[in-house]
Amino acid sequence: MKLLALQRRVARAVMTPLSPSYRSRRLTLDGKPMSALARQIIKPNERLTSFERLEIYNRQYWFRVLDAFSDDFPGLRAVLGDRRFDALAKHYLSDCPSRSFTMRDLGSRLESWLPKHPKYASDRLQLALDMVRLEWAEIEVFDSASEPPVKAADLRGADPARLRLRLQPYIRLLDLRNPVDDLLLAVKHGVSTDVVSNAIEERQKRKKVSAVARLKPAAVYLAIHRLENTVYFRRLEREEFAILDALHQGRSLERAIFSGFRSSTIPADDRAAQAAAWFRNWSSLGWFVRA
Amino acid sequence: MPANRFNSFTTYGVGIGLRIPHYDHILSRKPTCDWFEIISENFMVDGGRPLQILDQILENYRVVQHGVSMYLGSAEKLNREHLRRLKTLVRRTKTPWVSDHLCWGSVDGRYTHDLLPMPYTLEAARVTAQKIREVRDFLEVPVVVENVSSYAEYHVSEMPEWEFLNEVVERADCGILLDVNNIYVSSQNHRFDPAVYVNSVPAHRVAQIHIAGHSRYRKYILDTHDHPVIDPVWKLYDRVIQRTGHTATLLEWDDRIPSFDEVHSEALKANKYLASASLAAAV
Repeated sequence: MKLLALQRRVARAVMTPLSPSYRSRRLTLDGKPMSALARQIIKPNERLTSFERLEIYNRQYWFRVLDAFSDDFPGLRAVLGDRRFDALAKHYLSDCPSRSFTMRDLGSRLESWLPKHPKYASDRLQLALDMVRLEWAEIEVFDSASEPPVKAADLRGADPARLRLRLQPYIRLLDLRNPVDDLLLAVKHGVSTDVVSNAIEERQKRKKVSAVARLKPAAVYLAIHRLENTVYFRRLEREEFAILDALHQGRSLERAIFSGFRSSTIPADDRAAQAAAWFRNWSSLGWFVRA
Repeated sequence: MPANRFNSFTTYGVGIGLRIPHYDHILSRKPTCDWFEIISENFMVDGGRPLQILDQILENYRVVQHGVSMYLGSAEKLNREHLRRLKTLVRRTKTPWVSDHLCWGSVDGRYTHDLLPMPYTLEAARVTAQKIREVRDFLEVPVVVENVSSYAEYHVSEMPEWEFLNEVVERADCGILLDVNNIYVSSQNHRFDPAVYVNSVPAHRVAQIHIAGHSRYRKYILDTHDHPVIDPVWKLYDRVIQRTGHTATLLEWDDRIPSFDEVHSEALKANKYLASASLAAAV
């Protein structure tokens, strides 16, 4: 058998979903006996059959990707509950196996996959989607590039109608329909590091469930950003978000401010002062880089 | 060999793997450690804390890069984005050599994130050697390949693992990262004499050695890197050192990681064998 053909057959077997008891399935995805496939490819020895040797790799694969996925989406687990989250993880990773040399990217397609499989979220689809967007943004912000920030002196005398600013590559802007930032922080701070007492873990699990149940929908505008290489969630006013988003889209400063205040309830007389205060704040955080 | 063209003629001693639970200790106490091995993929990023930590480590320590997903034995072409990022990191760390595994793990662009065993065939040796040469030419540093532990053997294999290793490194003219624990684990899983393996390795190509612990199950051994090194592995290590001379040695401890001091003192046990090899060479 040629190298590529062998590797295709082995990879397909290794990535075949496990049974509910986390063992190798008896049948391949094509409905053929897995043991027959294993016998064709892998030698048995006096202690293990071909099937059992293949199963070591099959189980290792799934334990590895499920663990990594679970580590990346604790908030989604809190929203869905353990049973639904585990089922979603297996289905998603079957549909969207890694296409990257790093497991960091495992969840990169979850936001587009989830709406096509709403059964896992039941009546919490929007909440789940908001959480996925937030958790994926957090992953991206953690290790994205940073560039030298623009200094105020660099902008002196610039024409607002022509001036374009970019946001730091490590900033993500999210408009959410649920305050999942609060929920994610609660989940992360509530996660037990105590491996001795199950009672504590149970209490914390109940806390997480009640936190999800109490969550009321509300529009939230967020900047996920870094300060001294720590990731933060910063809530923004709607207008603030709109200005930043417009700048991110490549609009000029003048057009970004104009569109940001469209249908705003902030009194017209206060807008200039408000915008100046926001810009001072964003600049102090080093959010802008040269377009 | 103390210094050879496969490790850029360096004379590194005993190091340990750089792991997150030790960051605070290393950065605040700056303990003595001859060198650290980093997992390249953990630092092939554009910014943020991983690179900040790495830069702080580089201010005080020598670092060698070890990869886990180049998949030199995969039939598909090399991932150019992976190579580009790896080269950027090589320039940052100034690593004297780059290692990755003699294995495969991706096919048709899908990654298993595992170190899957090679079929020991001439075709596989040719494909792998060609890719090693391409990587070396691109990175412009020596590339050394590590033998993996395995739990399965293929019917199509035409030779034992040690002959395959020799076939690959001769064709690629590359160095070896000899993992002594992996030889032991595979010897137990496949019932071969690990001494035959060790004695077959071309000593002049060994650029670095790995030692580690493992977990024994009823029917097989798993390479878990979560225990101290056992005596039979130290004995194999001793034999390797007798053949190669003083060679850069690294202890891997990746799960249930104890304190820095505990990991480091386990690694430093290697000095006993390295010292006797140096003495033997001197007389």
